[in-house]
Amino acid sequence: MAVTDTDATERVEPEPLAAQDPSLSPVVDHGAVTTHSPVPKVVAHRAPETPADHVEREAARGVKLAKISRTGDRIFRSLATTSGLLIVLLVLFVGIFLLALALPSLQADQDSFLTSRNWTVSGNELRFGIAGLFWTTVLSAVLAMAMAVPVAVGVALCMTQYLHKRVSGPVSFVVDLLAAVPSIIFGLWGLTVLGPFLAPAAAWLISKLGWIPFFERNVDPKGSVFVASVVLAIMILPIVIAISRDVFAQTPRDHIEAALALGATRWEVIRTAVLPHGRSGVISASMLGLGRALGETIAVMIILTTPSAGSPFSPSIFAGGETFASKIANNAAEFDSPSKTGAYIAAGLVLFVVTFAVNAIARIIAERGVES
Amino acid sequence: MARRIDVKNLDIYYGGFHAVEDVSMTVEPRTVTAFIGPSGCGKSTLLRTLNRMHEVIPGAHVKGNVQLDGTDLYGQGVDPVAVRRVVGMVFQRPNPFPSMSIFDNVASGLRLNGVKNKGVLTDAVERSLMAANLWIEVKDRLGKAGIGLSGGQQQRLCIARAIAVEPQVLLMDEPCSALDPISTLAIEDLIGELKEKYTVVIVTHNMQQAARVSDQTAFFNLAAQGKPGKLIEIGPTEKIFSNPDQQATEDYITGRFG
Amino acid sequence: MSASTADTPLAFRRPSGVRTIKNSLATIFVTVATLITIIPLAWVLTTVIIKGYRLLLSSTWWLESQRGITPRREGGGAYHAIVGTVEMALICAAIAVPLGVLGAIFLIEYGRGTKIARGVSFMVDILSGIPSIVAALFIYALFITIFGLGRSAIAVSCALVLLMLPVVLRSTEEMLKLVPDSLREASYALGVSKWKTIVKVVVPTAFGGIVTGVMLGLARVMGETAPLLILVSYAVGINFSPTTDTMGALPTMINAGRDQPPQMPGYERVWAAALTLIMIVMLLNVLARLIARFTTLKEK
Repeated sequence: MAVTDTDATERVEPEPLAAQDPSLSPVVDHGAVTTHSPVPKVVAHRAPETPADHVEREAARGVKLAKISRTGDRIFRSLATTSGLLIVLLVLFVGIFLLALALPSLQADQDSFLTSRNWTVSGNELRFGIAGLFWTTVLSAVLAMAMAVPVAVGVALCMTQYLHKRVSGPVSFVVDLLAAVPSIIFGLWGLTVLGPFLAPAAAWLISKLGWIPFFERNVDPKGSVFVASVVLAIMILPIVIAISRDVFAQTPRDHIEAALALGATRWEVIRTAVLPHGRSGVISASMLGLGRALGETIAVMIILTTPSAGSPFSPSIFAGGETFASKIANNAAEFDSPSKTGAYIAAGLVLFVVTFAVNAIARIIAERGVES
Repeated sequence: MARRIDVKNLDIYYGGFHAVEDVSMTVEPRTVTAFIGPSGCGKSTLLRTLNRMHEVIPGAHVKGNVQLDGTDLYGQGVDPVAVRRVVGMVFQRPNPFPSMSIFDNVASGLRLNGVKNKGVLTDAVERSLMAANLWIEVKDRLGKAGIGLSGGQQQRLCIARAIAVEPQVLLMDEPCSALDPISTLAIEDLIGELKEKYTVVIVTHNMQQAARVSDQTAFFNLAAQGKPGKLIEIGPTEKIFSNPDQQATEDYITGRFG
Repeated sequence: MSASTADTPLAFRRPSGVRTIKNSLATIFVTVATLITIIPLAWVLTTVIIKGYRLLLSSTWWLESQRGITPRREGGGAYHAIVGTVEMALICAAIAVPLGVLGAIFLIEYGRGTKIARGVSFMVDILSGIPSIVAALFIYALFITIFGLGRSAIAVSCALVLLMLPVVLRSTEEMLKLVPDSLREASYALGVSKWKTIVKVVVPTAFGGIVTGVMLGLARVMGETAPLLILVSYAVGINFSPTTDTMGALPTMINAGRDQPPQMPGYERVWAAALTLIMIVMLLNVLARLIARFTTLKEK
């Protein structure tokens, strides 16, 4: 129930006593009666319902209703509403400003923005395109999602279906702590510790599958998309776990009990009751994780080896590369001319649009799931 | 400082929905009036119009008027907030403020309305807690949290909070329905004492309770399925429960429906 | 069913072999998944602690800056970076917390169900999806390209506002929703106006949860690096002024030294800075959750 209060109109003195309904006969008390208007003293004949009042010296006619100042309400309400509107403006401005500043560079671009892999932004001729950025960003994020979602679903199932409540609390706590680790630390750790650790596995994959361009050897494995994806997967685990856990926890008890009553094993209960109910929630969670992976900046910037200018493009997961975010971050010190800055802002704009689209899809899927 | 309430041809609407139809009644000062009737027939709705609490739901409005000793509570320019300082309310589930101690809870009405003097507040708190029959039980722990009390004690705390602001009328919306029988009896005794100072209107599902505590009883019912609630009969409690005028009243009293 | 089943004892047989195997496999998978989740956290924390703890034991670390220290030299501390990180986060909080709390109050107390509220909520969702680099670019575009101001720590704080605001707003919103309507009614019934009810009854009741949200937001923005890279220059010395264009911060201190080979003293300082940052962030998280545990609104 929405609890709101109506706004009063102006504050007005209560009606003068003389204007009141004369058909009401007051109980007369025998002390000083303070009235404001000439009220005829009338003796009331009424069967006393209550013991005689002996201390009432107040005026028995009418109630004095206080004057209420409504300024406090008005000020506070406008404060709150203004905050809400400010937030709306803020988000709109982000889109508008980025677009406004990217347009001049986009128009001056000699290459096709969407399909070119060049990135020459200094000097007079602007030739830049986001194809390479797009590939690396999407590849690393999708790989991360592919690795993280099954694990996250497993953990969420573990926490809701397998573990006792007392144990799932600490596990939840650990997941939250994982979410709290700053991304720069993941980047540092990924580059110096995880990369070398994964090198043997990478070498094995390359030896077995290196003939496929997707897996061909390229840079030192610790700077490859492969390692970056693993780190990204670790980073998006918490958000996918949290949402999946909530969804699984809300599986209607009747469905679970119906499955149990048929003699199902725990896995069969999950397969028939929990997973179908949670499917749209898990998809939504995965997309939110994807959005997060797409936008991750620093960890990727630190891990991925930036390809030197002019080196051939490789679609391999063992190549380096730059994502939208890492390219901008890598060149943060060089925003010296408006056209150059505009090119980077254009890249940022694409990232904004892509993450917005992914998040919007996630929300739509979640809402549709709730309705069904 | 008890007042007389006059309700004249009151219709209550929630948006377009006609909830209660054409109620007229009088409540004498320092009496207890009970509203009884089956669920959903408008008793609580009517009670809430007596302190304009129904207006917290958007779209709720009334036609007709409610007068307190002649002053129309729905008059031009009357602020609902002002009305509620004069007509107090106790709710079905005890709802002490969790962020406040017992003392602060009872004093909250006065404090929030501008009273700052510590002496005045302390006197008011003591007076109200005594009037609510709770003083002895809590006088040594006024600083403790209000929600640490038992259900019956919490409800008496809420009553103390309501009377600390010295209202003219006290409205009680099924105050005992969430309480155990012993606490219920304690509150019923309390109502008997409260009526010496206040005009009390109480909504109750419990007919025996109405018979025990009230001087006047009003019986509400739906006019027909899907129709608004109506006041079927109102009169002295003894008469309503032994020799009512309306057949519907008699049917309800004797348990043939509801 | 033959009549003789009443005589023979019931045999509770296990389900068929295949079903049992599948069930066990599922259990194994789920356990492995949980381990896979816990191990990286333990691994990262252990790595950072082992590589970085030594420098944190000396008071120099906490009291001195890196002025005059090159990667080849030992010495210096992280004072400038710690102060910078905390200062920028607090300036951000000074803007994000009132805005977030008031915004949540608007959504729950004044606008519930209205179209405006749905629009605002939608925008907050978008805001929470904005990557930190995009937020930083926006502030760059606004402050530096359009207004012509230079880089500054305040610019960083403003970018951080875009990141902290949704966290504070959403958690405040959840807490306000948890406050039962019966409390608001009790206050209205005492003749208290709406704004006083919100300020003196509703918000104090939700206060613990609001504080939790603020602390979690602070922990998040303290670890953000992208705005630091774009909007301010890393200073090795102590600089408290938020309007100049340099300021030290822990993430950029880490970033500045990340290419150090392990033999250099600078290498260990990077890990020590990482440990310092993690300690601050974890402390805030743990405190926040403790506060949440001890002040949750109990459902009756």
